[in-house]
This record gives sequence, C-alpha cells and structure tokens, in this order.
Amino acid sequence: MLGKTAGGLFWLFRYLERAENMTRLVETGFRIALTRPDGADDEWRSVLKTAAVDKLYRARYGDVVQDSAIDFLLRDPANGSSVLSAFSSARQNARLTRTALSREVWEAINDAYMTLRDELSQPVSIKNLPETLASIRQHSALVRGAMHGTMLRTDIFDFCRLGTFLERADNTARILDVKYYVLLPSMNQVGSSLDNVQWETILRAVASHRSYRWLTGGNIGAKGIADFLIFDTRMPRSLRFSVKKIAANLDYLEENYGQRHACHDLIDILLARLKHGTIEDVFEEGLHEFLTDFLRDMAALGAQIEQDYSFLG
Amino acid sequence: MNDNSRFFDEMTGGETQMRFPYASYASWFDGEDQEELRRKSQDAESFFRRTGITFNVYGEDAADERLIPFDIVPRIISGREWSKLTRGIEQRVRAINAFLYDIYHRQEILRAGRVPRELIDRNEAFLPQMIGVTPPGGVYTHIVGTDLVRTGEDEFFVLEDNARTPSGVSYMLENRETMLQMFPELFSRVKVRPVQNYPTDLRRSLAACAPQTGTGTCTVAVLTPGIHNSAYFEHAFLADQMGVELVEGHDLRVKDGRIAMRTTEGYKPIDVIYRRVDDDFLDPLNFNPDSMLGVPGIMDIYRAGGITIANAPGTGISDDKAIYSYMPDIVEFYTGEKAILQNVPTHRCSEPEALKYVLDNLSELVVKEVHGSGGYGMLVGPAASKQELADFRAKLETRPSNYIAQPTLALSTCPILTEGGLAPRHVDLRPFALMSPEKITLTPGGLTRVALKEGSLVVNSSQGGGTKDTWVLEE
Repeated sequence: MLGKTAGGLFWLFRYLERAENMTRLVETGFRIALTRPDGADDEWRSVLKTAAVDKLYRARYGDVVQDSAIDFLLRDPANGSSVLSAFSSARQNARLTRTALSREVWEAINDAYMTLRDELSQPVSIKNLPETLASIRQHSALVRGAMHGTMLRTDIFDFCRLGTFLERADNTARILDVKYYVLLPSMNQVGSSLDNVQWETILRAVASHRSYRWLTGGNIGAKGIADFLIFDTRMPRSLRFSVKKIAANLDYLEENYGQRHACHDLIDILLARLKHGTIEDVFEEGLHEFLTDFLRDMAALGAQIEQDYSFLG
Repeated sequence: MNDNSRFFDEMTGGETQMRFPYASYASWFDGEDQEELRRKSQDAESFFRRTGITFNVYGEDAADERLIPFDIVPRIISGREWSKLTRGIEQRVRAINAFLYDIYHRQEILRAGRVPRELIDRNEAFLPQMIGVTPPGGVYTHIVGTDLVRTGEDEFFVLEDNARTPSGVSYMLENRETMLQMFPELFSRVKVRPVQNYPTDLRRSLAACAPQTGTGTCTVAVLTPGIHNSAYFEHAFLADQMGVELVEGHDLRVKDGRIAMRTTEGYKPIDVIYRRVDDDFLDPLNFNPDSMLGVPGIMDIYRAGGITIANAPGTGISDDKAIYSYMPDIVEFYTGEKAILQNVPTHRCSEPEALKYVLDNLSELVVKEVHGSGGYGMLVGPAASKQELADFRAKLETRPSNYIAQPTLALSTCPILTEGGLAPRHVDLRPFALMSPEKITLTPGGLTRVALKEGSLVVNSSQGGGTKDTWVLEE
C-alpha cells in the first residue's frame, strides 16, 4: 500500500472519531445546561478545553456563551475540530484514499458529509439540536457499519483502526485531564451534588453513564470512575482498551509485513504500563501527571507510526 | 437553427417510423408512465452525487464539485453500425501509432512530402526528447478516445482523435451502472453489449506493454495530478476498478534504475504508469522545471527502457488540429488503405487561400485553435454574435497558423427527456480503444455527449453538455 494512502486512512478515521467525540461533548454540555443551569457556562468552558480549542474560541468570540460555543463546536470552519470541519477533512481524506475504501464506505462518508453540510449550513437552534446531534451520530454509525461489514481485514483496515483508537485514547485522556481535580480522592466530598454532576458529565462524555451503572451496581465514586476510564478492559473508550487495540493492529501489520519498527516497541511499553498498573499507583504518581505523560506518549506514538509507515515523503 | 428536419435524428431518421435500433426501446418507452420516468431522472442525480461522480470546474472554487447532467434516454447503435466504426477506429489508431513512430524516427512521411515538415518542426507538441526512442512494445497510443459525429444514416466523421489522455471513460461505465440500477427490466428486453470489461481490458492491455524487467509480475499505477484536478474522480475510479495504486508525483522517485512508489513497506518498483498528467509536467528535469506533479528523472528511466508511460510522451502531436487535416493521407500512407472513417473537411488558415475563404465565410464555419481542446477558444460561426465574429476575424488575421476552420456539421440528434416529453438534441460519440502490441480492443459503447440546450451544437461538459448511456446492440 502507498504510504500516502496509509496516512490518508489513518487521518480519515481520526477525523471521524473526532467528529463523534465532538458531538458527544456538545451533547454533554447541552444536557448539563438543561438540568443544572447554574453550572452550564463552566461546563462549556471545560468542553472547549477538552477539545483543545478554548484559546481559539476566546480569540473569536470572547466570553463563553452557550449559543456561540455550540456553533463553534458544530460548524465553525475556523475551528478545524468542529464537527463539520472534521467531516470535511474526513471526506477529503476519503477522496484521497478512494481506491482503498469499499464503495459502501465511500458512499457512507460522502453521504454523511453532504447531509451534514446541509444540516449545518445554518446555526442550529436549541429546538433542533437533539435531532441534529442524532443525525450526526447516525451517520457516523453508518460509516462504521459499512466499514466493518464490507472492508477486507488487510493492512488497509489496520491503518483505519489505528486512527480510530489513537484519537479515542487521546480524547478520553483529555476528558479525564480537564476534570482530574474532581476525581482526586483528597477533594472527594462524597455525596455532594456538585461531584455527582461532574461525575455524570464525565461518564456522559464517553457515552458510559449507563454502562457504568450496570457494571458497578450504581456505586458512583471518583476512584471508580477513574479506574473505569483508564483500566477497564470492557469499556471500549478506556485508555487500556484503546491502547490494546492499537497494539493489536500494529501486531497485525508486523505479522503481515514481516517488519518490526520503533512504534512496536513504544506500544509494548505503553500497553505493559496499563496492564500492570493500578488506580492506586496512578493516584500516588498524580492523576494529572499520569495523564500528561499518557498524552505525550500517544503523540509520540502517532509521530512514530507516521514515520515507520512512510505516511509522508 | 431550430429546423430539425435539417438534422438526422437517430431515433426516427426524420421519418415517422422508428429506426430499427430504437424499435424495442421505443415500445418500452411508450408503455412507461412519463411522470414516473421524470422522477427517476431526478433520482439519477442523487445517485451520481452519492457515488461522487463529480468534476471540478477550472477557474471556480476548488471546493465546488459539479455533476455532468445525465439523460436517461440511451443512445443506441446497431451491431452493424458498430462493426463499421470498429474497423474505422482500429485502422485510424494503427495509422496514428505508425505515424508517431515514424516522425520520432526516420520521418519517411515528411521525406515523401505527404505532411509538411514545418508542421512538425515548429510544433510545441513535438518532443525532441522522444527522437530515436522506441516505447516498450512499440506502442505510443495505449488509450485513444476518438470523437465521432454523425450526419446521416451512413455518415460518420472523426472530429478529433484524442490520442493524448482522453477522459470520460468513467462516465461510460457509471452511466451504464446507473441505467442498470434504474431500469433493470429494460436490459432484459433489449440485448445490449456490456461495457463493464473495460477496466480489466485496460489493465491487461497496459500490462502487455510493460518493459522487459524480468520480474514476472507487472505493477501498474495511475498517475494523477491530484485531488484538485477536474478529472480526479475518474483517475481514482479507474485505479480502483483496475485494482492498482493511484499515485501522485511525490509518491514516486527513481530508485535503482526504476521508478518506485513509496509504500508502507518501503519503495516498490512500477512497470507501467498510466499517467493523467500532461507531457509538460511529467518530469521537471526534462520538461517544465516548475512542475510539482511529475517525477524528476522519469524520462531518463523511460529512455533506458525501465518504465512504460501510457500514453507515450510526445503523442500529443497527433492531436494537433493542423495534423488532423492530413489524417486521410496519414492513414493511406501507413496502411495502404483508404480511410474508412471520414475526416471533416478542414481549412488550414496558415494557407493564404484557405484563410481568405475562411474570412469570407466566417459566419458559416467553426473555427478552432490548433492546440485547443474542451471547446475553449473556438468560434461557432452560425451561433456567434457580430461582435464575436469581428473579434475572431482580428485573431485570425493576427495569427492565422494558430487556427483551422471546418464547415458547421449537421450533427445528428438523439431524443432527451424534457418536461414536454422526448425532444431531439445534438450528440457526439467518444468510443475508447485500447492498444497493446498484440491487438486493439474497442469497448462496445462509449461516451455520448449531448448538447442539452435546444439547437446548441456544443456538447462539452464545460459548456452545458450532458451525457447519455451508449448502447451497442448484440447482432
């Protein structure tokens, strides 16, 4: 496969994952605004920070207000991570890698882009927001479904999955990091309504408020949530789950090509750390420090994969 | 201009009775609900949008992707008509190939005085870098898209040879896919020859032209100028359909005397490049030094026999419209036969007498630039305003050798579906021929372009033209 194509597939699926995560962040912010109006502005601020676009937002809009925040996150072309920008970049990469995609996948992406371009051509009113968010989610699901149902399990598939899980691990780590202070045991005021809201937003942002309750029998606690999002092997957005998937796909490539690269050594170390680590160790080391290290390692891994598989000239 | 009886209609032949090739279709059409057909016609558009069959228009916002309008009434050619066209095109492709070999080697045709030397020597499409170079397998024109027009029951003319990098074949294939999806029952009533083998034939034909590198397997790649090129969709489509890589210049480099592409497993050599990049941009070391689209040094590898470039560099000379005017001589010179397909009578404005005739009859002629293509920079006399005529007159007087003129042909019409039912519109036809050392393969069908505006004779997609599915009937 061409290095350029591998890079295009990797970014195509990073952007799709990013669009989905962005949608979920908007959904979370909106939900908080509806149920706890006093905490809404704070929540939009942390959403913007999680998406790493808070500085850009302030430069363009100044104060954090719900309407501008939603508009900025969903459809501002100046925001390269907005849902519309992400879908547009995804489609551009799909055009670039057209020969590597099945017809169904290409059409699902093309259709998603064209529909969302129309739906997001005007600011979305609060009234229509749930419907628009549902449509975005549905289109992402169609692309994923087409991919799983029609693509050969070759190196093409591996590069797609690498993009998905690198972006996902990055996103989960950011969500945790922006709210790390509410998860610290020392700050833990069990049962206070503030904490409950914060915990719920974290779980909602990773689409797990319901599954977490099922798994833990309803006991929400700071330590439990951090453990769940970092170490749980059943939770498809946890750091360990994502890293395990990245490792598996890099293994397939190693097997398929008969070539081991520096990225394989990096992922082995990362995976071992998550496999043998415990939440107690993390708190001892410092949650913020742990997450900062993790985000740095993921960035380094991304760069190494790009180099090892000749994404660029 | 709107007197339709002046034009041969391919469905009715100008009579009240249907022409034979359209008989089955017409009886099907009469049984269909017109409203339903119009609705399906609209569906076709969303089908094309979804599959991404779009083209970018030069000079407009790069993000603006347009659809070429598609008309659901097929253009139908009988098996007998097709076999004559096949013979004519094969003969012409063979002659063009022999002509190219000749002018880059011994130049017999110039020595014999059948084509004037200055037409070659002063032609920018003539590549001195190709002198004495024989492409692998001796093939110059791997893919040819001959533009044909029809004026009567048995009157076919070649309008242009398009031996350089003909485009539009993706429409031939996708138009058929669309028709199959929309009207499956129609194909069980009418026996239409399939076009779907084109990608396989193309790959096979290209592989048969590979240089002798001794590796056994043949790696083919499509070279595109990139995502912003107006025909990018077609490049990606063809690569995908052939199952070969779609590469850009920056994916390639010279390595160990071969052209190699950068893959996830290191550099891999390529045997055949189907390039959709013009000669001028192919190699910054040998041609345009500013080109970012090509591969530095590819011409040196080519000359050493390390890669096949399809079509061969320097092929564009045979697309020159002044050369075109000599095509009947060229066919006869190399094949020893009379040309089966007619040339449109062409006035070479470089000749004083011809120029005088053209200037005197400007309002009745079509004037074209010798290097032009795509319908740009041409004058359709009968449709032009006084001002346009005056402007063109000035151009002709300043640079006569830059132009040729042809009579305005009474292009045949085919019906399209309009709000008011079927209505005749002018069409042309571009079949696609593949050439390998062993044989010439013609796909039964082609691209039919149709001028959607009533009375218009300009079928180019950049100027308001649309396309139709082209059916060649089983005998």
